[in-house]
Amino acid sequence: MKAQTRNAAINTVLLLVLVTAAWQLLYWSFGDAALRSPAQTLAYTVKLFSGEMIWPHLRETMAAFAVALLLAAVIGLSIGFTLGYNRFAADVFEPMLVALYSIPKITLYPILLLMFGLGMPAKVAFGAIHGIIPIALFTMNAVRNVRVVLIKTGLVLNLGRGEMVRSILFPAALPEIFTGLRVGFSLTLIGTLLGEMFASQRGLGYLLMNAIGLHNIDLLMALTTILIVFAATASIVLLHYDRKIHARL
Amino acid sequence: MTAEVHVALRGVGKSFSRAESSDVVHALGPIDLELRKGEFFAVVGPSGCGKSTMLELIAGLTSATSGSVEFEGASIAGRIPDGVGVVFQEDACFPWMTIRDNIDFGLKRAKLDAVERRDRVDRAIAMMGLSGFAESYPAQLSGGMRQRVCIARTLVMKPRLILLDEPFGALDQQTRLLMGDELLKLWRLSGATVFLITHALDEAAMLADRIGVMSARPGRLLDVIETGWPKERDSRIVEDPRFGEITARLWRSLREESMKSMGAAGASS
Repeated sequence: MKAQTRNAAINTVLLLVLVTAAWQLLYWSFGDAALRSPAQTLAYTVKLFSGEMIWPHLRETMAAFAVALLLAAVIGLSIGFTLGYNRFAADVFEPMLVALYSIPKITLYPILLLMFGLGMPAKVAFGAIHGIIPIALFTMNAVRNVRVVLIKTGLVLNLGRGEMVRSILFPAALPEIFTGLRVGFSLTLIGTLLGEMFASQRGLGYLLMNAIGLHNIDLLMALTTILIVFAATASIVLLHYDRKIHARL
Repeated sequence: MTAEVHVALRGVGKSFSRAESSDVVHALGPIDLELRKGEFFAVVGPSGCGKSTMLELIAGLTSATSGSVEFEGASIAGRIPDGVGVVFQEDACFPWMTIRDNIDFGLKRAKLDAVERRDRVDRAIAMMGLSGFAESYPAQLSGGMRQRVCIARTLVMKPRLILLDEPFGALDQQTRLLMGDELLKLWRLSGATVFLITHALDEAAMLADRIGVMSARPGRLLDVIETGWPKERDSRIVEDPRFGEITARLWRSLREESMKSMGAAGASS
């Protein structure tokens, strides 16, 4: 186990070194007009965090993302459990969910903007719709795939519906549900940032679009790096727990 | 023998309607059968004859299309009765719980004090040869051990009627014989009525007081054979010449039926 942890650490360091090297090479071949070097970006990012400007935007994005993720999880899990429990409803709604999943959500954004107006609610809604469907689909399949004999075991013990969900269905489906939440996390983040990039006055997405408009490459590179580090760290942590939960099966 | 009737099936039949078509499949019955309190009753029959359906009817997991099922004098009618434990054919361990928590699962809901619960679980663990595995997870155990966990989980509830659906189906022959011995011991200790479904004729012949032989689908009781074994018995009775006679008689009744069900399977596929 310890050797495994050490190997994982070595791999992570190796990956970071490779990515930084590739970045430096790209910088050398494209030059200052398109990129900044890793060292320059790091320096600018530090400066950014010691200044005042970034914080309101960071807070805005984090708040929008947190609310969107919460909504996606609650709504996605509810839809998933309902459809997983009810064969007929699942047969009716699953094709619709899959169809919705496959359209580019950005096409819905104009409608959402008209519904919610510019600002936080539209961003949150746009982030959430990215996360809801994968969470719902994963949850539905997870609940449906719970082995019948486990449910029968609960029935023989006279478990009520609530207890059945809490003490058998949910834990039995948890590994797959967690995978759904992990996928939902990434997609909700994408959705929230996309929402900020268009028709928004605040947030990291807005800053990014602004930096493109002003050709502020320092800011562009710093923001991209911040987002990548955040998303990658979160994904690695979630994947770690995902594997841990699956390992018991 | 005029022992108390524990379970009574009266004219019980079961039909299914297939989801994809409108035709109705007559799966079982009509069956008339009385289980005496404290007896060990085994059912053998060709595959697909509705043995498992019969068990689910007694457990209250499904309801009969016709007739009635009574347990301790009260009709079941799709209600799940108290005092009945079921051991299923497939592995029913909860993979997210330790062996101890698996066995404790039903007890936790019955309002028992912690000392009594712990005591019952410890005894079941020792009796089923699971000592040292209490804190392991099911994935770390062999198939036979997992099935013993399921038996232990049923036993700690102290059921008055134990239903077993081919519990040793996935085990090898030697393990099955030894598990049979264990089952006989548990049956004697608990005083419960045992209803065992099996496809292994020797298992039925060795374990049961009475054996019901079922026909091909729709399953009916063709014959009920009294084995006449003493209550104190174990797997060594396979050397008794009567063991061979009983097995032979079972096969005589079943041979034709098994061929019928094989023919039906061949025709439908």
